[in-house]
Amino acid sequence: MPITIQVNGASHALDATPDTPLLWAIRDHVHLTGTKFGCGMAMCGACTVHVDGQPTRSCVTPISAVQGKAITTIEGIESVVAQAIQQAWIELEVPQCGYCQSGQIMSATALLEKNRQPSDADIDAAMAGNICRCATYVRIRSAIKQAAAQLA
Amino acid sequence: MRRITPSQPRSHSTSRRDFLKLITTAGAGLTLAMNLPLALAAESTAAAGVDFEPNAFVRIGTDGRVTVLMKHLEMGQGTFTGLATLVAEELDADWSALVAEGAPADASRYNNLLFGTVQGTGGSTAMANSFMQMRTAGATARAMLVAAAAKLWKVPAAEIQVSQGILSHSASGKSAGFGELAELAAQQPIPDAKSLRLKDPADFAYIGQSLPRLDRGKTDGGALFTQDVQLEGMLTALVAHPPRFGASVQHYDATKALASPGVVDVVQIPSGIAVLAKDFWSAKKGRDLLDIKWDQSHAFMASSDEMLREYRALADQPGAVARADGDAVSALASATTVVEAVFEMPYLAHAPMEPMNAVVLVNDTGCEIWNGEQFQSIDQNAVASALDLKPEQVRINMLFAGGSFGRRANPQADYVLEAALIANAKRGTPVKLVWTREDDTRAGHYRPMYVHKVRAGLDASGKPIAWEQRIVGQSIMKGTAFESYSIKDGVDSTSVEGASTLPYQIPNLQVELHSVDHPVPVQWWRSVGHSHTAFSTEVIVDELARAAKQDPVDFRLQLLSQHPRHHAVLKMAAEKADWGTKLPEGWGRGVAVHESFNSFVAQVAEVSVQENGSFKVERVVCAVDCGLAINPDIIRAQIEGGIGFGLSAALLSEITLNEGQVVQSNFHDFQVLRINQMPAIEVHIMPSAEAPTGVGEPGTPPIAPAVANALSAATGQRFQRLPLKLSS
Ligand code: FES
Ligand code: FES
Repeated sequence: MPITIQVNGASHALDATPDTPLLWAIRDHVHLTGTKFGCGMAMCGACTVHVDGQPTRSCVTPISAVQGKAITTIEGIESVVAQAIQQAWIELEVPQCGYCQSGQIMSATALLEKNRQPSDADIDAAMAGNICRCATYVRIRSAIKQAAAQLA
Repeated sequence: MRRITPSQPRSHSTSRRDFLKLITTAGAGLTLAMNLPLALAAESTAAAGVDFEPNAFVRIGTDGRVTVLMKHLEMGQGTFTGLATLVAEELDADWSALVAEGAPADASRYNNLLFGTVQGTGGSTAMANSFMQMRTAGATARAMLVAAAAKLWKVPAAEIQVSQGILSHSASGKSAGFGELAELAAQQPIPDAKSLRLKDPADFAYIGQSLPRLDRGKTDGGALFTQDVQLEGMLTALVAHPPRFGASVQHYDATKALASPGVVDVVQIPSGIAVLAKDFWSAKKGRDLLDIKWDQSHAFMASSDEMLREYRALADQPGAVARADGDAVSALASATTVVEAVFEMPYLAHAPMEPMNAVVLVNDTGCEIWNGEQFQSIDQNAVASALDLKPEQVRINMLFAGGSFGRRANPQADYVLEAALIANAKRGTPVKLVWTREDDTRAGHYRPMYVHKVRAGLDASGKPIAWEQRIVGQSIMKGTAFESYSIKDGVDSTSVEGASTLPYQIPNLQVELHSVDHPVPVQWWRSVGHSHTAFSTEVIVDELARAAKQDPVDFRLQLLSQHPRHHAVLKMAAEKADWGTKLPEGWGRGVAVHESFNSFVAQVAEVSVQENGSFKVERVVCAVDCGLAINPDIIRAQIEGGIGFGLSAALLSEITLNEGQVVQSNFHDFQVLRINQMPAIEVHIMPSAEAPTGVGEPGTPPIAPAVANALSAATGQRFQRLPLKLSS
């Protein structure tokens, strides 16, 4: 029985074993490559997607656990909040290499969806799981605040 | 779905245009040309008609698009934007028409002018070596467009104006865009470079502005990294590597791996056993099922502690002399006060967010590589020689790199060669080699471990009169193509740089080196030698200031009177940081100044120490002199990132060996800086008319000593080890 997952509103019946991490299902089976592999053990956040709106590390989430749930990847975010985040990211030139940034944006979007006025401590708590080896953290913080201000 | 088909054999003139052909199907892959500003975007111009390609760096399409061929890797440092700025400036192009495209591997056209005949990116040289070359490329194209317009309009070339991608002649009222003139421009004679007049800096319209970056697609998942390449029929390969450096496969049994779903093949290569499967997860599960017996008879079995003892013992012995001013030994004997310390700095992994990977297809015509390609000449030659091909039969597509920090420029072409050898065993099938984070962390090619022993002396008046520094560690350059250039009289200049170039006025100064041979592979790591020499030297200078009862900034300024650029950045950083003003209880302020890669950087760090003995870096104020500032915002970004990268090493990261095995494996035990640990950062750029230098690396060296000195100010403790720890 193939496992079916819903990614960005579309159903995908996967020829993959149930233990396959969602990350690799998205990348190698659904062929969406914006969601990145960084560590494979929930330590870096590069693979962050939304599962029913919750930021989720797809590298440690087996596809068997997300059947019937709404999975959103960086390619599929389109809310007002997501757009404000992406726009602030571009205006403040946050990305350097860019490899971590899908995950950063997914985590930041999830934060602002829940909390439109995050404090520095809220930002730390929501974003500390997302490593940026280029250390774009100063701008990530500023961009979250700028997006929050724009949405206010 | 986004897929790429490999290129057909083709001549160089068409290579860039059709070497990647996209097959897009419904769903994703919509705004590809916009999102993939690398080679992929070239397609849209190809269809438009005859392009104007006046030189190896500029192509102007009949649609007006200006494509700049990038000889340097974009790994986050902003080089695509910086190099395109130079072209756009002299071309008077419209910035919104600019597109960056990775140049092919061809050192005859794309060599790094500071690396001789080698094509590659590193040493913070991209801007420095390209500054005149890219401006000249832009000016050439402009002159030919002007000549075309003059011919078409039958007016004198001197009367034609160019601005924002439009040529115009005011007397006749004629005007035309670059695209309209492209075909005619292509027929004009290429002007002699000497006849070109480059702009006076006063007329710069783009240089010095913070133009928006060209490496787009990094906020919507569209940017294409090596990890994202998908080719028809491609297999994913994972390799089981030996558990220790110097070990090899004795025998292996792949029966279970081959029976695992999705696994297609298992091949032995010199570096281990490769499992090829339809996708990553199948390959990973297959690899876990390999039964391998390793031959460890030649394996390196030492532990870091033993090596440190060996290094410390060596530091007591005289080494090869890297610099000798005056007589440091006698001066130390006569000094009133002697400060002495032995510093220990660990191995460090680069740990870019994108672990090493490469996509390779080998077939009857040669080999094609897709890679975040940093070292074209080395990789091309290594693969050609391993596969018995001519270098030009190894085609390399340069994609974005998800960070590198030096790692993707491997002097042995390690991971690229590994991918090529696997692909060669599966000729006709494209192979994507993927390293897991564990593979990446344990593969070596580290910043070497170092011990520095420093003794420095003051005379009775508190003036430094003697400095003796011995550095012990592996040589990075030994055995590489750069060995003869970098190693002279037993001294690898990259092991001592920063110490051998100490700027302070100290009459008796001796720097010595012991290069140790160990089989742990080592490599340049963001700022190379400066990553350790800045720490030891700037901590000792602070200790000297303290011993002399002088302010650390004043003390340095007095010793830097012969070095105006060091002097100026130090002064600027101190002023901007309100040096000398009162800080809250438990806080400390520290300073460091260091030159690397011809850029001058001073940093003032403020730390707070909590009652429980933990501490936080609260704020860093930085002044940088990198010559003419091409793009101030990118300079600030690089300095911010360089500080953050240096803070990982200052506070958290180390690679250690236990009986030859690398202890760390992933981000839980090779820790790196996270957002909650990032200080506020202010970057101040020194106005300068000097030629531009680099900013990718110079932000990194001063931060560890600045933080250590701040911690000393707050606690009175001394710091001689990285990562920094407070003693309880
Ligand atoms: S790849 Fe999933 S958290 Fe790192
Ligand atoms: S932008 Fe490079 S890792 Fe975050």
